[in-house]
Formats: sequence, C-alpha cells, structure tokens
Amino acid sequence: MRILPLLAVASVLAGAHAVLAAEEGQPLPPRQAWTFAGPFGKFDRGQLQRGFKVYREVCGACHGMKLVPFRALTEPGGPGFTEAQARTIAGEYRVTDGPNDRGEMFERPARLSDAIPSPDPNEQAARARFDGALPPDLSVIAKARGYEVGFPGFIFDAFKQYQEAGVDYVAAYLTGYENAPAGTTLAEGTFWSKYFPGHGTAMPPPFQAGQVEYTDGTPATPEQYARDISAFLMWAAEPHLEARKRIGLQVMVFLVIFAGLLYLTKKKIWSRANNHA
Amino acid sequence: MQHGEPTFQLKNRTLRWVERRLPIFGLIHSSFVAYPTPRNLNYWWTFGGILSFMLVVQIVTGIVLAMHFTPTVDGAFNSVEHIMRDVNYGWLLRYIHANGGSMFFLAAYIHMARGLYYGSHKEPRELLWILGVVIFLLMMATAFMGYVLPWGQMSFWAATVITNLFSAIPIFGNAITQWLWGGYAVDQPLLQRFYSLHYVLPFAIAFVVVLHVWALHVVGQNNPDGIDVKTDKDTVAFTPYASMKDSFALVCFLILTAWFVFYAPNYLGHPDNYIPANPLQTPPHIVPEWYFLPYYAILRAIPNKLLGVVVLFGSIAVLFIVPWLDTSKVRSARYRPLYRWFFWLLVVSVIGLGYLGSKPPEGIYVAAARILTIYYFAHFFVVLPLLGFIETPRPLPSSISEAVLKKKGGAPVTAGGVAAPEGRG
Repeated sequence: MRILPLLAVASVLAGAHAVLAAEEGQPLPPRQAWTFAGPFGKFDRGQLQRGFKVYREVCGACHGMKLVPFRALTEPGGPGFTEAQARTIAGEYRVTDGPNDRGEMFERPARLSDAIPSPDPNEQAARARFDGALPPDLSVIAKARGYEVGFPGFIFDAFKQYQEAGVDYVAAYLTGYENAPAGTTLAEGTFWSKYFPGHGTAMPPPFQAGQVEYTDGTPATPEQYARDISAFLMWAAEPHLEARKRIGLQVMVFLVIFAGLLYLTKKKIWSRANNHA
Repeated sequence: MQHGEPTFQLKNRTLRWVERRLPIFGLIHSSFVAYPTPRNLNYWWTFGGILSFMLVVQIVTGIVLAMHFTPTVDGAFNSVEHIMRDVNYGWLLRYIHANGGSMFFLAAYIHMARGLYYGSHKEPRELLWILGVVIFLLMMATAFMGYVLPWGQMSFWAATVITNLFSAIPIFGNAITQWLWGGYAVDQPLLQRFYSLHYVLPFAIAFVVVLHVWALHVVGQNNPDGIDVKTDKDTVAFTPYASMKDSFALVCFLILTAWFVFYAPNYLGHPDNYIPANPLQTPPHIVPEWYFLPYYAILRAIPNKLLGVVVLFGSIAVLFIVPWLDTSKVRSARYRPLYRWFFWLLVVSVIGLGYLGSKPPEGIYVAAARILTIYYFAHFFVVLPLLGFIETPRPLPSSISEAVLKKKGGAPVTAGGVAAPEGRG
C-alpha cells in the first residue's frame, strides 16, 4: 500500500523525462560489449596494443597524454608491452630535459620514467596551431566524458555496474560524423557530429580505412580503430581497473561469508533472549 | 552512565589499579556492554553504529590521502591522479573515501528518517536530535569542501555557485564573499583553506558524535513502539545482543559500499570532475553530488536569489525545531495512522526534489520543484502541528515486552529482531 505514492511520483517523473529527452534530440551512444565491463572484466592486451598504435599514429599528432608514463605500458593489467618494447617506443620520442651543468636545456630520447610527451609545448602553442581550439589531453578522457542516462535507466545501471558511459561515448563520437542536416548551420571550422553535445565539433573525422596497419589480422576499419583507441583510453584513465575488480571479488566473497556467519551467530544469541521474554 | 556497577569486576591487578584512579573500563562496560537496549529494536536502529564506523573510515582514508595530496590550483588535480596511478593502493583509498562520503550520507538520511518515523526527536530526546542536526550540518560543510579539493570542473564551479550564495546577503554580501574567497575569485586561497577545514571538521564531527552518544546514553534509546522502557524485561544487554546485530548490519552495509568502490566507483560522481578546473569555461549543467540535490532543487525553485538562499538554509534549520513542531503525544508512526502516510509523502517529496535537482532549471522541472518545496515546508509547519490535534492514535501496548510477545503470536520465538514489516517500506 505504501508503495503507491512512490509509484505515482515515479510515473509522473518518468513521463516528464520522456518528453524532455525527445525535445533535446541528441542520440545516446550505443552500448558496446567491452571485455573490461562487468565484475570479471579484463582488458584485451591485443586491443590495448592496437589502441596505443592508433594513438601514436593518429591521435598523438594533436592530443597529449601527459599523465601516462611509458613505464605504465609494461605494468600488469595494461597493454603488456615488454620492458624492451616500451624502451624502444619511448626512445622514438624526444623530451626536453635540463638544465644541465652549463645551465642549458637540452633534448634527449624519452625514458620509461617519462610521461608521453604532448605534441605541443603548452596550451597557447596548441591553440595557435588549431585556430583557437584546444585538443584535450587524453589521459583521463574516458572518465571525463559520458552521457546522461536519465530515469529510470540510471537505477538499472547501478545494478548492472555500468561504468562504460565515457568509453561508449568516445567510441561513438569518433565515428559519429555525418553531413549537417538540412536547415542547420555549423560554425566555421566545425564538423557535424551525431553525439557531440551541440553537434559542432572542431575535430575533423579522424580515421580512414587502412590508415593504421594492423598486423594481427584485425580489420583495419574506422569502427575498429575507434573501439581499440577507446579501450586504450579506458585503460589510460583507469590503469588499475583489473586489480580493482580482482580485489573486489575477494572482498565481496569475504564480506558475504562474514555476513552469513554473523547472521547465524546473531540468530543463536537472540534465540536465548527471546525465550526469556 | 553509571560506572562501577556491582556486576563489573576486573580480575587483572594492573587494570584494577588503573580503574581505581580512572574508571575507564567501567565506563566502557556500562556504555557498550551492560547498557540496556530496548529488546524490540529493528534493523533501522543499526545505522548509528554504521555511521560511527563510516566516520572512522573517512578519517583514516582521508589522513592517508592527505599525505599524497597537493592543495594548489596547479597541483591538486594531478596529485589526485598521482594517487590513482602511482601510490600503492591509492586508487582504493580514494575510491573508498569518495564513495564512503556518499555512503555516509545514505546512512545519515536513513538514520534521520528512522528518527522522524518513530518519533525519536520527541521528549525527552530533543537535545539528542538537535545534536544530530548539528552533525548533519558539519557533514554537509565537510563533504562540500572535500568535493572541491580535486579541483576538477565540478569542484571549481560548485565552489563558485555555493560561495556566491553569500553575495545575496544585503549590503555585506560582496564583502563576505570576498572574505570567504580570500580574494576576488575562487582561487588558490579558497582551495587551501577548504583543504585545511576539510581536514579539521571531521574531528569536530567526532566531538559532537561523542556528545550525541552521551546524550543517547542518558535518555536511553527510543524504539519502534515509541514507548518507555519500564522493566528489565523490556531490555537486553547491548553486548552481545545489540552489538552482534549491529555488526551484521554493518557488514551488509559494507557489501553495498564495496559494490560501488570496486565495481562502479564513478557511478555516483560526475564525469566533468575528471576535467581540470577551468575558470573560463562553465560546464553546461552544474550539479552537486547526489546527496545535495534536494537542497539544490529547493534553491533553484525560488526565483529570487536572496529568498532562495533563505529557503535553502531554512529547509535544514527547520529540523532544529521539529521536536516542538510535532505536537503528537504518541512517538511511533506505528500507532499514528495518518502520520505514517505523511511521513512517506515527505520521503517521496525529498527523493522527487533530488531528481529535479539533477535536471536543468526550466519548464516543468521548476514547477514540480516548487510544488515539492511547498510540501516539504508544509509537512513541518502545517502537517506536524495539526496532526497532533486531529489524529486518533491506535492504542499503545502497555510495555515493550508485551509488544514483542504480541507480534510473535505469544509463542517462544526463535528469530528475534527482524525488521518490523512496516519498517521496510
């Protein structure tokens, strides 16, 4: 009986939400089946390595990843490059170091301990290169993007452990370019994106088929590039995701068993009290 | 707290030596072992213990996080990422602390709702209730300042919106706001003082919690039937009965907490807070953490800024006088056929306000928020005072033990202390 007012309010709110969602006319990114989703999720090493290749050859021309050091590429739960591979990768980048003992800054090849160097020395340089637009740093982008699920979906998502809104959005955004619908005007230097809030994004469509060479037989399509780079960015944003889910399982098993034992103990103790009532 | 009861004897000579000079063991024994608790308490009474535990968790994780955090506008965001990436189990500490705040509020809201439902604010527990409201206010301040520390977009703009509320104060508004900022905008001085206050306020909370528990142990716990303890038959000893039940409930609560910490750590947060603060770019929708959404909806429901701020603070201030607004002679909603309906209506309104607080302040959302705001205040200023006069309460059981026996059908009972059916809502 007491659930009735709850239901009444819920249905009014749901109605209100449906109306507004239709008005906004922004499609929601499709939800993809990621290997790292869910309680037992793990990254696909091959996918992370491909994603890093896409970053290096495409995204890295404009976007930095200043919070991700090269050593992270070798750490457990990541792309699983060997230390030698990571050293080679780092060696292909140049970083500014110094001052040396003559007080001068100098350039040297990057080491494992260096962060991935950004393509522009500072924000102003990047803006000057891109007519005022700033390509965001991608280190935590997979957690810094998302979309509003709305009522009642957000409640189900708590039970489904849906934490992939950001990565779903990134993957959808990277391939969601279209011609601007008739009757709409785009600001100069922007492109029509289905999923970008407000639709006008300064980033041109990034991928063409065959642009990045895959050596493991994975199809070299823009959709695949988008999936791989998105997975890589999820790892970059959450490098300890695998450890978190593994430890989470141990904690959960412990807590559930502990709760069961406590319940039985409590029941036994209280039966004493109740019989004396 | 009656220490030195005849039942309490220490065997160890050293402990006896200490006890004669400082009767601390007797105090612990009388407060947390022999302390009589009503035998009819249901699981809604376990949230006090849960809250104490969560406070300790927040303080311990917070102290360790503070060892790695840099409270500067250039360093804060990156130092949080440093914690997430490079500090051993830093991700675990931060996710426990961030989600722990949410779970703290969840437990506090349940604890407060339980108090309102069973009349725990009523005579002789008015001061106990008021101390609870003081803790709630301190919690809100602490949580808000903590949310500002990572210096993401939502941190920065939440700080901007909330500190700007004070500019609505006539004449002195701007001066007060600039005093809070320590300058002419939200910047380094504000971040640094918020860090300082965020560290110290939890200890203020702990102090008021001690007063809260002290007051509780003077007047004794209320119970689901809302009647006074009359004989020993009405009570059981805190340990092992209540402590074991509290432990079980706490571990169940920790399972829920672990669900978020390990599997959905960013579910309760906002993606924009992973974007470093940018004073030149306002996010499309500035929203607070979920536990502040009802108040945010109330604030935005009022078209006038000053009035909005007054109503916002009023919505919390009204809690201080609830013991005197509630005119009913009967405590528990179990015996108040009308009040229980209004109680659930209040719960639904607050949840509804929370939903509206997450929506842009336009059209139907504002209209709905106004209606629910009016009901929120009407509940306290109209419904509570009137119900005491027009409601006919159901007959109260003559004692707690009678109420327990009646519910179990008079037979010897096995599984005591399960939550009252009406308590499950």
